[in-house]
Amino acid sequence: MSTAGPPQGAPVNEAATSSGGSVFVAVVRREIALAMRQKGDVLTPLFFFVIVASLFPLGVGPEVQLLARMAPGVLWVGALLAAMLSLQRLFAADHADGSLEQMAISGTPLTLIVCAKVLAHFLLSGLPLVLIAPVLGIQFGLDARALGILTLTLLVGTPTLSLIGGIGAALTLGVRGGGVLLSLLTLPLYIPVLIFGAGAVEADAAGLGVSAHFSLMGALLLLTGLFAPFATTIALRISLE
Amino acid sequence: MKTLEATLLKCIRGERLLFDALGFRLQGGQMLYLRGANGAGKTSLLRLLCGLAQPESGQILWNGKPVGEQTELFRQDLFYLGHHNALQEALTVDENLAFYATLAGMAPNAAATAHALERMGLRGCQRRLVRHLSQGQKRRVALSRLMLNQASLWILDEPFVALDTASLDLLAGVIGQHLQRGGMAVLTSHQQVDIPGAQVQTLELGA
Repeated sequence: MSTAGPPQGAPVNEAATSSGGSVFVAVVRREIALAMRQKGDVLTPLFFFVIVASLFPLGVGPEVQLLARMAPGVLWVGALLAAMLSLQRLFAADHADGSLEQMAISGTPLTLIVCAKVLAHFLLSGLPLVLIAPVLGIQFGLDARALGILTLTLLVGTPTLSLIGGIGAALTLGVRGGGVLLSLLTLPLYIPVLIFGAGAVEADAAGLGVSAHFSLMGALLLLTGLFAPFATTIALRISLE
Repeated sequence: MKTLEATLLKCIRGERLLFDALGFRLQGGQMLYLRGANGAGKTSLLRLLCGLAQPESGQILWNGKPVGEQTELFRQDLFYLGHHNALQEALTVDENLAFYATLAGMAPNAAATAHALERMGLRGCQRRLVRHLSQGQKRRVALSRLMLNQASLWILDEPFVALDTASLDLLAGVIGQHLQRGGMAVLTSHQQVDIPGAQVQTLELGA
């Protein structure tokens, strides 16, 4: 290809040795590195989740029965709201400094990059929620079994939140008042996840079994996993125009 | 030989017609110099060529075929630098450049990166956070990517802005070498810069 390149002896980047897989990994690592260096971005939604979940027992009073019944719903809604807060970050910084444009016209398919970003978002924003939820659940007097089921629903549900949220984040990119608009767009889409996730604990307590809830959540995850990245990519291209 | 051709391009931006029936043909070794007043549509045309925006009508052909039919192939051969430096402030220079190398399908090469940075007058800056660089230094890091990519088509929006004479000459030399190797370039600039040995076509917008 190139003959008269840099002066003799100057090294040139070797051509085409990285594949889609290495780009995927590079994007995830970049997101994690950025989050580690700007910890506030990641910790703020988490603290928000903790505070919201802790305010309810204080506000509602110490009726153990009531708290235990409320807990799944409250923790799930807290998780949704925390997800909303963290979704702003998904594309905004890259859009602001021009990196997103570069990703959009690179030789790598944008959908692959979107998948990597969504995965990183789950690891940085969803997984911490899953890990903290059992601790918060103790304030509500949930027993170990209920805590376990709740945590599992969050584990299966938060990836779906990241996937769906990506679409909203892409659509509201660079729009003034985007934060509110993002919530309006995305929260309604979260409702099925909320209902099945929060409902699982109660169903178990009522002896109805949780397999239906988990099957449905699994199906939602699969469905969004298949379609959301494409929808997000299209939304990004529209926003970049 | 690779060719870039635009036919009957029409661009409307915010209800304003920027240009209509615009066309040009560029082949390997040639450079297209876009001129025009501010707001004439130079950046819009560059973004159309990159595929970031779609024209109202008209076609862009890469090697004779519409870009829409070969997006990945076209993008792999394209390098674009706009007004943004596209550098993440919280990452180091090295991390930014390595990321872009990977994105372009290349394995990051520390020696090549060091060499490119040195040529841009940024010796030893690899480990520095972009946040700690001056505006001029950030721009030069962005420009150093020119020496680290293997794309045939370079689309550059005001690459010479705020560069000192030495950097200007260096950049002109880099572009010149790229053209001599059969590459193509489309660029805008308010300054009249001489690219050594280049076959230059000029396109005036808003005339």
